[in-house]
Amino acid sequence: MRKIVQRYTYSLILLRELVRTDFKLRYQNSALGYLWSLLRPLFLFIILYFVFVRFLKVGKGIQHYPVYLLLGIVLWNYFVEVTTGSVGAIVGKSDLLRKINFPKYVIILAGSFSALINLLLNFIIIGIFMLLNHVAVSWHALLLFPLIAELFIFSIAMAFFLSALFVKFRDVSYIWDVVIQAAFYATPILYPLTQVPHRIGKFLILNPMAQIVQDARHVLVTTDSQTIYQVFGGDRLIWSIPVGLTILLAVSSGWYFKSQSKNFAEEV
Amino acid sequence: MQEAKTAITVHGVSKNFVLPHEKITSLKGVFTSLLRHKSSSREVQHALRDIDFEIKKGEFFGVVGRNGSGKSTLLKMLAGIYQPSQGKITTEGKLVPFIELGVGFNPELTGRENVYLNGAMLGFSRKQITAMYKDIVSFAELERFMDQKLKNYSSGMQVRLAFSMATRSEADILLVDEVLAVGDAEFQRKCFEYFRELKKNKKTVVFVSHDMSAVREYCDRAVLIEKAKLVQAGSAEEIAKAYTRLFAPPESEEDSSTKQASKWGAGGLDITKVTTSKKRYTEADETVDIQVTIAAYRTFENGVIAGITVKNEAGQPVCGTNTKIIRMKSVPLTKGQSTTIVWTVPNIFNEGRFIIEPALLDGVTQEVSQWWNDARSFHVENEQKTPYVVAPRITLAVRAPGS
Repeated sequence: MRKIVQRYTYSLILLRELVRTDFKLRYQNSALGYLWSLLRPLFLFIILYFVFVRFLKVGKGIQHYPVYLLLGIVLWNYFVEVTTGSVGAIVGKSDLLRKINFPKYVIILAGSFSALINLLLNFIIIGIFMLLNHVAVSWHALLLFPLIAELFIFSIAMAFFLSALFVKFRDVSYIWDVVIQAAFYATPILYPLTQVPHRIGKFLILNPMAQIVQDARHVLVTTDSQTIYQVFGGDRLIWSIPVGLTILLAVSSGWYFKSQSKNFAEEV
Repeated sequence: MQEAKTAITVHGVSKNFVLPHEKITSLKGVFTSLLRHKSSSREVQHALRDIDFEIKKGEFFGVVGRNGSGKSTLLKMLAGIYQPSQGKITTEGKLVPFIELGVGFNPELTGRENVYLNGAMLGFSRKQITAMYKDIVSFAELERFMDQKLKNYSSGMQVRLAFSMATRSEADILLVDEVLAVGDAEFQRKCFEYFRELKKNKKTVVFVSHDMSAVREYCDRAVLIEKAKLVQAGSAEEIAKAYTRLFAPPESEEDSSTKQASKWGAGGLDITKVTTSKKRYTEADETVDIQVTIAAYRTFENGVIAGITVKNEAGQPVCGTNTKIIRMKSVPLTKGQSTTIVWTVPNIFNEGRFIIEPALLDGVTQEVSQWWNDARSFHVENEQKTPYVVAPRITLAVRAPGS
């Protein structure tokens, strides 16, 4: 029992220090430093706003479409940051792996947490735009927490899988670049789900990322955001598909990472 | 009295590394090798085979072996970095998981930040580090540099900081791999002091080293690893001896002919043979006699200047001379005849293998007629080994007061 406590204390100490180091190094030598965490999504939003809201007029039927768009982008960017960052994370720490025995999952966990901190900072920007757009916040907004938990688990599960696979096959980074591009368009982030044929929409929303993004918009910004519940015509059980997929992915990728991590030191 | 308990048990441990001749790290590689259908040419390297030993609690345990013998792999397995292919390693007590100093040091961070980062690697919380921060810095003697980035530190400063951190480790079992190879004399003194302290505190230490004098001084027991196998286990003294013997030439060796390539010079003669009076000398031998046989292809009117150099294993010249220095006449050589000269060198040698390099210079032009690198080697076992280049017998007399 004491051994188990010791082991997790060690992981926790390591985790805190790795996240701290990651943040220190990320904005080193940049004049604006941490502000970039906020400015990056802001500028991206401005670009997308002009392209999609002003010129293409995509989200005409949706209330508070600019905030709706921003929230989707921020959540998606979190997923991208965690997964693409994780691909080379284990290999990038090869020097450490060969010299010291420590729980490898901490590396992935640290990447996820520093992205999570970023995400929370981004919510400041979202909050500001919600105020400017006079978005009314209801108690439903509290449902955002379980949604972010789901996002966290789904992203880290993907990260565990990708990082372990990359140790064996270096093609993974290129493949993932392509996959994530495709996934961006397969997820209703820029376009409202109502604009795709219903049959395809039904299929797209089963993807946990789509479900998370649509649900988050629904509870925080506008009920115009179609959730999986509405797409499938009011059956609460339907949520078990994306949530189940997330859990399945988490369990299997966790198992895969664990089985592979013993040999990381030799293979990186 | 409590029986000495076991700290580490290594039972039937083997380690294999699979070396694909062409490492497949891309998907394309997987497909093409599948298509080729041949089970892709793999080679299994046996880094360690069937290793068995036990380390008792409080023991200072040496692991010695030549480069590439597998001792570092063994240490990595003890640390849990590598997993054994077969067999089992069990440890009792808290073991440091690192085998090198300064794990996790980041050149972009300041000394202070690195102390916290490396501390976390060693399992210390920020609170614990803060409590011992002052001691760490003063032990490393780096008070003025802690807010500078690590990349601006000299390598000596980095090692000092890393070592200062490592000495804080609260583990019961420590793994030490060649730390002594780095750092200046002052740093080495600190290392040895730390070792003595570890010994005093009855910590279990696994010590991997090439330095037999350190092994002799600190280790209680040791094992010798050679070609992936544990060849001998015993007292530090026995193992240190066995290790030095590895470098002795095989008993029946006719190596003169195989080393033609290492001869150079203007020619006109050839050193055909170099022999020593013994293969292996001990401190009981007063001199080392080296016999050099020369075949002359022409007559050297003014004779040749003969010289000799003895180098140690590290290639460092230990001693040497030539006929001019010792004010001897040049050696006359006549065409078609073979001449033998014998050097008598007092046995001032430290323990180890020594290499003989004979040389002959033309008495007129002073050009090198022939120089033979690595002509022959001999071996010295010396009970009174010193850390110096040579070990002449030095004695001491104590005069009673008043006499």
